[in-house]
Amino acid sequence: MNRNRLLDLWVGIFVMLGILALAFLALRAANASTFSSGVTYTVQARFDNVGSLKVRAPVRSAGVMVGRVSSISFDPETYEAVVQFTVATAYQFPKDTAAKILTAGLLGEQYIGLSAGGDTVMLKEGDVLHLTQSAVVLETLIGQFLYNKAAEGKPAESKPAEGGDAKGAASSK
Amino acid sequence: MATEPQTAIEPKADRPGVLGTLRAALEHLGGWVLRVLIRLGYIGRFAVAVVRFSGPSFARFGLVMREIYFAGVLSLVIISVSGLFVGMVLGLQGYDTLVRYGSANALGTLVALSLLRELGPVVAALLFASRAGSAITAEIGLMKATEQLAAMEMMAVEPIARVVAPRFWGGVISMPLLAAIFSAVGIFGGYVVGVLIVGLDSGSFWSQMQSAVDLRDDLLNGVIKSFVFGVAVTLIAVFEGYDAAPTAEGVSGATTRTVVTSALVILALDVVMTALMFRGI
Amino acid sequence: MTGQTVVQLTDLAFGYERDRPVLAQINMSVRAGQIVALMGGSGCGKTTVLRLIGGVVRATAGEVRVFGDDVAAMDQAELYRMRERLGMLFQFGALFTDLTVFDNVAFPLRERTNLGERMIRDLVLMKLQAVGLRGASQLMPHQLSGGMSRRVALARGIALDPQLMLFDEPFTGLDPISLATIGTLVRELNDALGASSIIVTHDVQESLNIVDYLYFIAAGRVVAQGTPDEVRASEEPFVRQFVRGEVEGVVPFHQPANDYRSDLLAADR
Repeated sequence: MNRNRLLDLWVGIFVMLGILALAFLALRAANASTFSSGVTYTVQARFDNVGSLKVRAPVRSAGVMVGRVSSISFDPETYEAVVQFTVATAYQFPKDTAAKILTAGLLGEQYIGLSAGGDTVMLKEGDVLHLTQSAVVLETLIGQFLYNKAAEGKPAESKPAEGGDAKGAASSK
Repeated sequence: MATEPQTAIEPKADRPGVLGTLRAALEHLGGWVLRVLIRLGYIGRFAVAVVRFSGPSFARFGLVMREIYFAGVLSLVIISVSGLFVGMVLGLQGYDTLVRYGSANALGTLVALSLLRELGPVVAALLFASRAGSAITAEIGLMKATEQLAAMEMMAVEPIARVVAPRFWGGVISMPLLAAIFSAVGIFGGYVVGVLIVGLDSGSFWSQMQSAVDLRDDLLNGVIKSFVFGVAVTLIAVFEGYDAAPTAEGVSGATTRTVVTSALVILALDVVMTALMFRGI
Repeated sequence: MTGQTVVQLTDLAFGYERDRPVLAQINMSVRAGQIVALMGGSGCGKTTVLRLIGGVVRATAGEVRVFGDDVAAMDQAELYRMRERLGMLFQFGALFTDLTVFDNVAFPLRERTNLGERMIRDLVLMKLQAVGLRGASQLMPHQLSGGMSRRVALARGIALDPQLMLFDEPFTGLDPISLATIGTLVRELNDALGASSIIVTHDVQESLNIVDYLYFIAAGRVVAQGTPDEVRASEEPFVRQFVRGEVEGVVPFHQPANDYRSDLLAADR
């Protein structure tokens, strides 16, 4: 009997440790609170160019993760990329919110950044975002830079070059 | 048990040419494939029998508790110590590489993803196979060699129900818990190296990890992997024990086979499951 | 006392491989209350007879009837019901090494009956008392001597009050005192339970003291049979050689082989 009690105790301790480890992994390492299974709504955005954005890339607003990209497809009618992404229902955004494809650091992964607009109507399931800004493609950026340099050389068009504004040049819509 | 189909017919002595050698090689291959298939058939039928006779294991859960003790509790030390070391090594090596690209802050991500997706389930399963799997095989094999299983059968007690099934379920329950403990301790090891020794910022270590690790895609898939490994390793262990020749060499050979086969099966299953789970990322 | 037939083997044949029969033609019967010895040289298939009676293996030809029922016709459930009336003692006891003596004897009661723990305790202590080992109930099997192990196994074998006891080499490897103890116990328990027993053994002297009838098996057949007195008086060459333990006789000392001289010279070539 005594031996059995001790064995049961040890098994209890072991199972507790295992569950604690799982809880630690879920809460501390994976951060279960960043909704992975929570309630979400899906929004669509169209881009001229999504760069190297991937499915499951994060969607952030003010740097906080609010959702994930769920699908990326190509529209053969308009020649645009159609990106679907889910946003946690806890985060409501105005209808005129803008979506940009941004890069984390210089070489990091790409994500969608949302900047809230001023509309009083909120986004709902299936809405399309109209204000979008495509990914920065490095080749385009360099091309732009060289073009500007060349333009600088001609005194006739002496206009202060805004090298850092390449992003704006690459944007659309 | 079935003996190997002896198909290695010597090529005729008067025609030892290339064709003869090729034929011998093909026969060798064919015989090997047949033996493997026959053995797989046995294991399949055995697995069905184990599940069919699992009733008593759950009606009298004390039987399974005992096996969780032997398979799980007694593996705790080796699992946690190895997990700590693996995590620390990941921390050191990961830092060394990441710092060249100025992204040492991603160390938490690297350690956590490596452990949750791959190293936790795989290394824990390999350790489990050599610690608990071999013990299960040896125990069942010895019970067979000393006629304990035969005695049970003569007492109208089904050995698969009384001896094999509880050990099977004990292993299946223990394995995911052990893998989780391995990963958790490993992440702690990475934390010790990254934050306490190298001096990374504790906040960014955890937040980078949390933003990259997904509950379903990383943690849940890792748990599924460890569960599948648990089923595979324990099934191999109980089968090899039950199938062992009832002699000293038979039992020692079966124990070795448990460890070797388990290792191969774990790695092969890992390739398949990784391809299925992480394809889209 | 010698009433109905408990075990009847008719023209029994068995082989693990098709062309190498272990048993060719065995005819024997055991009646209620009898102790029957099955004798023969090592590896002649005596133990296989017990496995056939227990339904662990199936005969390739012939018939095994236990308690009047054909073993080959039984399904798994019927086989298990039949085995509940059977007690078997294995060669070295086959005690469960991870259980105490008490739990070993309690094992069949716990697995096959719905008795309460108090009832089981009383029954186990009674069985252990019968073999004189009540004082050893809390020991583990590895703490027992060979003779004690076998007595515990005997207590376990009679736990469910079987009607037929099977003994596989119960006397092997025992000192004379333990051997006599087991022999006496087998006889006493058989009579106390009103059971029948089959003893597979090659210990002639001990068997002649306790059994009612003997069968001699060689080359898969019954070559001689009789009561202990008939066996002692027998002039049949095989029985004489076996009972007296002579090296040379109808059973040759040498395995059939090539010519000794040419075998030795073969190495020089």
